[in-house]
Amino acid sequence: MATLVVAEHNNESLNDATSKTVSAAQALGGDIDILVAGQGASAAAEAAGKIDGVRAVINVEHELLAKQMPEAMEATIIALMDGYDTVMAADTTTHKAYMPRVAAKLDTQQISSVTGIEGDVFERPIYAGNALAYVKSNDAKKVVTVRTTAFPAAGEGGSASSESKSVEIGETGSAFVSEELTKSDRPELTGAKIVISGGRGMGSGENFALIDTIADKLGAAGGASRAAVDAGYVPNDYQVGQTGKAVAPELYIAVGISGAIQHLAGMKDSKVIAAINKDEEAPIFQVADYGLVADLFKALPELEAELTKVGY
Amino acid sequence: MKVLVPVKRVLDYNVKARVKPDQTGVDLSNVKMSMNPFDEIAVEEAVRMQEAGTASETIAVSVGPAKAQETIRTALAMGMDRGIHITTDEDLEPLAVAKILKAVVDSEGAELVLMGKQAIDNDYGATGGMFAALMDWPIGQYANTIEAGEGAIEVKREIDGGLQTVTLTLPAVVTTDLRLNEPRYASLPNIMKAKRKPIDAKTPEDLGVDTAPRLTTVKVTEPKTREAGVKVESAAELVDKLKNEAGVI
Repeated sequence: MATLVVAEHNNESLNDATSKTVSAAQALGGDIDILVAGQGASAAAEAAGKIDGVRAVINVEHELLAKQMPEAMEATIIALMDGYDTVMAADTTTHKAYMPRVAAKLDTQQISSVTGIEGDVFERPIYAGNALAYVKSNDAKKVVTVRTTAFPAAGEGGSASSESKSVEIGETGSAFVSEELTKSDRPELTGAKIVISGGRGMGSGENFALIDTIADKLGAAGGASRAAVDAGYVPNDYQVGQTGKAVAPELYIAVGISGAIQHLAGMKDSKVIAAINKDEEAPIFQVADYGLVADLFKALPELEAELTKVGY
Repeated sequence: MKVLVPVKRVLDYNVKARVKPDQTGVDLSNVKMSMNPFDEIAVEEAVRMQEAGTASETIAVSVGPAKAQETIRTALAMGMDRGIHITTDEDLEPLAVAKILKAVVDSEGAELVLMGKQAIDNDYGATGGMFAALMDWPIGQYANTIEAGEGAIEVKREIDGGLQTVTLTLPAVVTTDLRLNEPRYASLPNIMKAKRKPIDAKTPEDLGVDTAPRLTTVKVTEPKTREAGVKVESAAELVDKLKNEAGVI
């Protein structure tokens, strides 16, 4: 039995999500190889080889893989699948975009956003996390995406073998044009130890500066509810929840967020939740370890001052 | 161009899902059902393309029980031209739905299939990608903006960390994300007009599609619930608790 884990990387460096996907693959058992599909991705491939418990790193280089376009990823993985029973990747936007293509070509039902694996049973949240489904696959090959917040990072210190393979990629019908990436010195949302998110209660995009100041102090990532994204206060990649990102930091601070079920779906696995909201009936307080009923425009500057007092 | 939009009838966005006591699934009896919100965005985009003159015909397709016809009527009331209802009482997996859509598009022909990025019930997020692969069409997932051109379409995509722009040669599949548009409410005259728009009904068997499930559901359970904690009186007390009690800052 063998699993092919697809690396999350930007050619230059390997993302943490890869190591977490490896630990999900370990829960399934069998040999684990990592595919690093990219262009000029040797640094990422080298980093992948250091993850504990990996048999081999397969580096496929192609200009159409520079941005891991879905059609090119499909062709690459299908070409490699002979030796594997399972292909697994993180449920980030990169992998979610092509994994269903791979599944359809293998005539397999994809198992999406898995949060637990026991034997051959996969646990996955459905209905915005209001229910957990436990499913078994009857297909010969399995295509699995994993929610990386549910799995620990695999250890370091492995010494996987490495090989380069070339893959024929035909006409794909798609072309990369450009990218606008948010530049930020703050940690990435899904990997941050502390996340502070604002909701519709923030009132405007400008007011998110109050969140940013505290995020900078704490070295936290900034997030938002769907309502705040819908209102145009912040970009979509801030979104925490069913249709955005799932996070599970040590500390999650929800500010001006009522706590709709779709938002809770993305953050209720956080270790500690603190909430600031002026409505004491807000559902967020039902999941918060610490609740402060207050006007956020008064509470946030106070919070900032208190953090300064304790050395932040 | 001819634009096809698959629409799914799901538990309404504002209704909390309740697990059945026998753990076989979620209880859908006597609850409000609506069109999947991401599909509404796809319908809106198709109607706007028609209004702008880039779409020549718009077709809404739903795979589901008899009542899925209401979901198709909603799409027609928003402005789409006609509907196709593939009737089934089974809760089909994305692979089966993708195969049904392929059969529909093979016979109807379409240059663009616009669909929701995920359905908010089963949260697979797989039907669009599967359908695109079965057709060997390119896909633009998580669209923020769509610009239709001659024989190609430019899609600005929501990705982790920002936005990415790609061009796709038509025919293609585009999946919708939140910020693509704000769906309209159907007006009463349009709701009345929609009642006279045609809906073809077929079954998966008519289309020759095998819809046997590939996954076996062992059980469906309620997630662990969190206990509400304590209320603090001030920002100072909050910082004290986070630092000295929880030890997270």
